[in-house]
Amino acid sequence: MKKLMTGNEAFALGAYLSGAKVGTGYPGTPSTEILINFARYPGVYAEWSPNEKVALDVGVGAAYSGSRVIVTTKHVGLNVAADSLFYASYTGLKGGLVIINADDPEMHSSQNEQDNRYYAKFSKVPMLEPADSQEALQFIGTAFEISEAFDTPVIVRTNTRLSHSKSVVEVSGEDGSKADPEEVSTRDEAWYERNIPKYVMVPGFARRRHPVVIQRLEKLADYAETNPINQILPGNGKLGVITAGVAYQYAREVFPDANYLKLGMVYPLPVDLVKKLADQVERVVVVEELEPFIEEHVRLLGIPVSGKEVFPRCGEFSPEKVRGSAAKAGLVEVSSPDGSVGITAQLPARPPMLCPGCAHRGIFYALQRVRAVVFGDIGCYTLGALPPLSAMHTCGCMGAGVGVVHGVDKVGVKDRTVAVIGDSTFFHSGIPPAINVIYNRGISTIIILDNRVTAMTGHQENPGSGRTLQKEGVKQVNIERLLRGIGFDKVDVVNPYDFAEVLRVLKDHLDADEPSAIVARYPCVLFTRERKPSCTVDLEACNQCGNCLRIGCSPISKVADGVSIDPALCNGCGFCAEICPRKAINASGGNAN
Amino acid sequence: MLIAGVGGQGTILASDILAEVGLQCGYDVKKSEVHGMSQRGGAVESHVRWSDKVYSPQIETGKVDFLLGFEMLEAARWAKVLAPGAVVLINRHRVSPPSVNLGMETYPGEGEIEKIISNRGGLVHWVEGTGIAQELGNQTLAGVVLLGRLSLMLDAPEEAWLSTISRLVPEKFIDLNVLAFKAGRKIFEAKGESICETSVS
Repeated sequence: MKKLMTGNEAFALGAYLSGAKVGTGYPGTPSTEILINFARYPGVYAEWSPNEKVALDVGVGAAYSGSRVIVTTKHVGLNVAADSLFYASYTGLKGGLVIINADDPEMHSSQNEQDNRYYAKFSKVPMLEPADSQEALQFIGTAFEISEAFDTPVIVRTNTRLSHSKSVVEVSGEDGSKADPEEVSTRDEAWYERNIPKYVMVPGFARRRHPVVIQRLEKLADYAETNPINQILPGNGKLGVITAGVAYQYAREVFPDANYLKLGMVYPLPVDLVKKLADQVERVVVVEELEPFIEEHVRLLGIPVSGKEVFPRCGEFSPEKVRGSAAKAGLVEVSSPDGSVGITAQLPARPPMLCPGCAHRGIFYALQRVRAVVFGDIGCYTLGALPPLSAMHTCGCMGAGVGVVHGVDKVGVKDRTVAVIGDSTFFHSGIPPAINVIYNRGISTIIILDNRVTAMTGHQENPGSGRTLQKEGVKQVNIERLLRGIGFDKVDVVNPYDFAEVLRVLKDHLDADEPSAIVARYPCVLFTRERKPSCTVDLEACNQCGNCLRIGCSPISKVADGVSIDPALCNGCGFCAEICPRKAINASGGNAN
Repeated sequence: MLIAGVGGQGTILASDILAEVGLQCGYDVKKSEVHGMSQRGGAVESHVRWSDKVYSPQIETGKVDFLLGFEMLEAARWAKVLAPGAVVLINRHRVSPPSVNLGMETYPGEGEIEKIISNRGGLVHWVEGTGIAQELGNQTLAGVVLLGRLSLMLDAPEEAWLSTISRLVPEKFIDLNVLAFKAGRKIFEAKGESICETSVS
């Protein structure tokens, strides 16, 4: 039957139907839902690892033992796991290992828009790229076959648009949601085959593996020529389009009459198919998001081709972007209509902001008050950088802030400095730089914003949550004991809603001449659904000082005679009442106590 | 069809219903949304396309036949994508963005919103979605009220809508959602406006 599925749901089903028994990953938009869906299938083991490198190593171990494995990550997560990707490419694996990697053109929720096709070339592993949910399901099966036939990890590349779009998938089984058990591939029992020269990558053995990897690539290039995953589609012989993934869908709308080389495998490329398309048409263009990855290969073949001089290198494609670029280059006659014509009004923007009731707000308001320079990290709390809080001054990648603050402190900057990192991010990559502060005689202060869950990506479990991905109860990692074990002698735990206490502890730590850590702990109210009666304003007492507007809480707005709090939006956390100097805001039961 | 709103307004459920109804009526369907930041009060939009064959999951600028504005300002923001003669259903509901809360910018008036949309060739229909939803006791039903009104403009039987709602909504909320959907149909029928649009992108 036909069923609408997101790309991520289809990846999970594809993995299950292919007999994958293990799934590992770290949450990261837009990849997160692959593992959430996979974890629900019967008979599988799935885990959120603390970071992507751990996830890939766990996956490698299971694959060494003969199991089929998926490892999921967003594009920047593969940077974290890159070391493991490169050794796994050399060793190969007994069971199939498929890494599902989600790029994020347009940076809908990422710090960059790196094109991870280069990782395939860099690590010498094949990469597949589906164009819709049906292909997402099918390509996982193909990826496992390739992985086992060629003794290599395989990367399946998706992006935000494919992962989060729904399209029609043919599924079997009663209601389509549960796969027919007979359809699921079965695997032999796990056992580890000892083979020291293949799996121990010391120089002497690794030198023997590199030529094997090169030969593997040559065989994969032959496979790419003949496997129907790459297809030439007929057209009127004028324009030949080489494309893959979601870009194919936009190209089909803009160039309905063109000949196509639709690539399902974007590395290695089928040279003969490229030449065959070029022979059929008058002009060849490559339609690909981000970098000129395919275009560069085609140029090396000596085939005249247009690519990035026509289509943009930055941002996500859309039908109007592709059509507009094509019209400018004379490839089509008419551009899409200009959406700005007739619109003169400047409409107020609507940026994302910390939720009403968010525990992070109190910390950032306090940091703003003490004029600290804040070295931040990646999570909901990165929103503390936006006005009116404007209390984060760097954010580069997961785990960066704690290392960065140590460097700033080492050169003797006179400002009050502090690193801010979330609980999940601390477990991900915040612990080694914390060790570094102690080991290298640092004096930095670290604040761990501990809301007991990986909130930004949609509330996934982490080592502090007390639950696993498959909802089993487990021990919670104790952050303050971990910090003391590393060597932090000055560690305090605060309730972030208790403003007076936060301010007191913060000043004490910032002015101390030793390394220190503050754990600001309160479970995410959006996750626990904690909600108290709405706060109200006593307009008689309000002197319109504007303090409550400066905490950036969306229910609070300026009105003619003071401020107003929208009861439909207010969470009742009472933080605005805490910081009102005139006691003009009433909170019946705030979170401070 | 494009649904525009603010995180937490139920745009994803509404677009799921819209997509499933299309599939049930035999169309090829794609729907697309970016929801990484949606829980944090940011703007969200969902594209839903029904046709014999759909390639792009995003609708091209100038080809949106129906715009459902779950929030007034967001409806105005998406006027840029409308096809000439597009139908724009706007929920008469306002969620102020931060700059308006702080008094730095002003929220556009209803007349201004209508003008922005009509300048782009759209036909505005105001719907008291949130008002009706509040009467039913749950503000988040506003989107389903809008779907009810939209349902009379699309070539899909009422039964397809009702069965889809029953399938996608948690069991204890089915009755409320069906009531909201029917309320949306009723206000439209009562006004006796003509129903002629069936082409969809």
